[in-house]
Amino acid sequence: MNPILSCHDIIVDFDGFKALQGVNLDVHHGEIRFLIGPNGAGKTTLLDVICGKTKAADGKVMFQGVDLTKRREHEIVRHGIARKFQNPSVFTELTVFENMELSIKQNRNLFSVMKAKLTTDEKDEITAMLERTDLLDRAYDPAGLLSHGQKQWLEIGMQLLQKPEVLLLDEPIAGMTGAEREKTGLFIQEIAEKCAVLIVEHDMDFVRKFAEQVTVMHEGKILCEGSMEEVQQNELVAEVYLGREAKVC
Amino acid sequence: MRRKQMIYLLFFLILLLAPFYLTEFRLALLGKFLCYAIIAVGICLIWGYTGILSLGHGVYFGIGAYCMAMYLKLEASKGALPDFMEWNGVQELPWFWKPFFNPFFSIMAAIFVPAMLAAVLGMLTFKNRIKGVYFSLLSQAVVVVVVTLLIAKQDLTGGTNGLTNFSTVFGFSLSSPMVQIVLYAITVFALFAIFMLSVWITKSRLGHVLIAIRDGENRLRFLGFDPAVFKVFIYSLSASFAGIAGALFVLQVGLISPSMMDIIPSIEMVLWVAIGGRHSLFGAIIGAILTNGAKSFFSETYPDVWLFCLGILFILIVVFFPKGIAGLFEAFPKRFTKFFEKGVKKGESDSVVS
Repeated sequence: MNPILSCHDIIVDFDGFKALQGVNLDVHHGEIRFLIGPNGAGKTTLLDVICGKTKAADGKVMFQGVDLTKRREHEIVRHGIARKFQNPSVFTELTVFENMELSIKQNRNLFSVMKAKLTTDEKDEITAMLERTDLLDRAYDPAGLLSHGQKQWLEIGMQLLQKPEVLLLDEPIAGMTGAEREKTGLFIQEIAEKCAVLIVEHDMDFVRKFAEQVTVMHEGKILCEGSMEEVQQNELVAEVYLGREAKVC
Repeated sequence: MRRKQMIYLLFFLILLLAPFYLTEFRLALLGKFLCYAIIAVGICLIWGYTGILSLGHGVYFGIGAYCMAMYLKLEASKGALPDFMEWNGVQELPWFWKPFFNPFFSIMAAIFVPAMLAAVLGMLTFKNRIKGVYFSLLSQAVVVVVVTLLIAKQDLTGGTNGLTNFSTVFGFSLSSPMVQIVLYAITVFALFAIFMLSVWITKSRLGHVLIAIRDGENRLRFLGFDPAVFKVFIYSLSASFAGIAGALFVLQVGLISPSMMDIIPSIEMVLWVAIGGRHSLFGAIIGAILTNGAKSFFSETYPDVWLFCLGILFILIVVFFPKGIAGLFEAFPKRFTKFFEKGVKKGESDSVVS
């Protein structure tokens, strides 16, 4: 099976500091791939490169046969790559419903937006997403009033409304309670039925529970890839990252 | 919602009837303030809604005013060279003055030249993601450039004196009270149209995009929108509002000079909106009228203290009412009705249960 998204030899140079040193990564349709690794390994930077926030000094990002390396952020989004940031970033002054209205897949040029009216289809779509994210009763509250976990859910919901092919999540469960984590994990599994999900996560319990494929990064390089068990048995990984924790398992 | 619309309608009705209860002098003043209110609506759109702080709207106002003034000057000169050109020894009318014989062209120029200048500045800055203070400083630099240019090219622009001594518009005498009343009425309608257009924009999806730019430009980018396009559009629109205001201003005041579009007036324009409430279009109108009303009242009676008053007013607003006058009015009824609402809510929940 051809990968839907593939990164070839990505190099990122922050004024001499090589954050990524030739990273190769393939993501296949419908898979949940976790990116793990110690702080500063370059996980978030890799997501930034894929979605266009950071420009790679060298290397290529291919998505469904299109080279995205030189594209700007909004063009990459329109190709079908959605990104959720680490801190929940929603439009605090707009209502939950309006947040979703802007996120829905639509013509995003000036004149289409000017003429845009909320259609019944869009309304149904948003209502369905509000239900999925448990935000139906908060639909007309400003998004700034939501709790941290609800904001995270809203942001994931906003990304899904764009009907992406690949969803990039940066620490989606940070700051969530146990029950919320469980719910988010199940939600991600549900999402993966329709699109590939690439997640950066620190919480090992969460990774163990929901990971299908794990990629371990260390100092700007890919250390190893495979299922969680394979990765855990890898000695290199145990050495640099899992450390004592791996022995306990 | 209903009540708000009633207030808007009542307000514009009061304005429209002003010729019946104001003296000629006061009416001229109010007409001038309404021009300022048009600028304020534009600034509210870009600052309050989109989060772009322009400290250079004087330029767009000035360009609109100059476009109209050039036509008026040519009409007043009756085919001869404008007086200041003769004094400066200019032999022939410069090429860029020639189209301004046509009143229609002049009006269009007053609207579109500011919009185009704003679009160029917007493309250069917003596309390159220059924002915040850096943009504000750049917008101010444009004021300095344009004002310096106008003063330096005295033979072509009238220099520090600006353009004045107009006589007629479309053949009607500008000094006739009837013509002034008609111009006043046109100003009221222009303000009404611009206000309604702006209200419509802010309520539409476009308006939500603008608020989204203010709240999280980056997030919006990752929803597939290009914020720069929207910023250029709204900035140009706001500049064209200022241009329209400038054209109407010249018709009623009969004078435009570089000092009216300089840095200080540009900053004052932002102050009107801050005082009125930058998140409210209607508040911006009220802010412009009240501040300028207070200015002319104080400068008539105590000319020395006016600037102090404005300063103190601004500090008070920023410290105590960051949402301006409009915020004050929104807060008061809420505090007032909270008392009663409790009772109402109880009733509601009862009816839901039963």
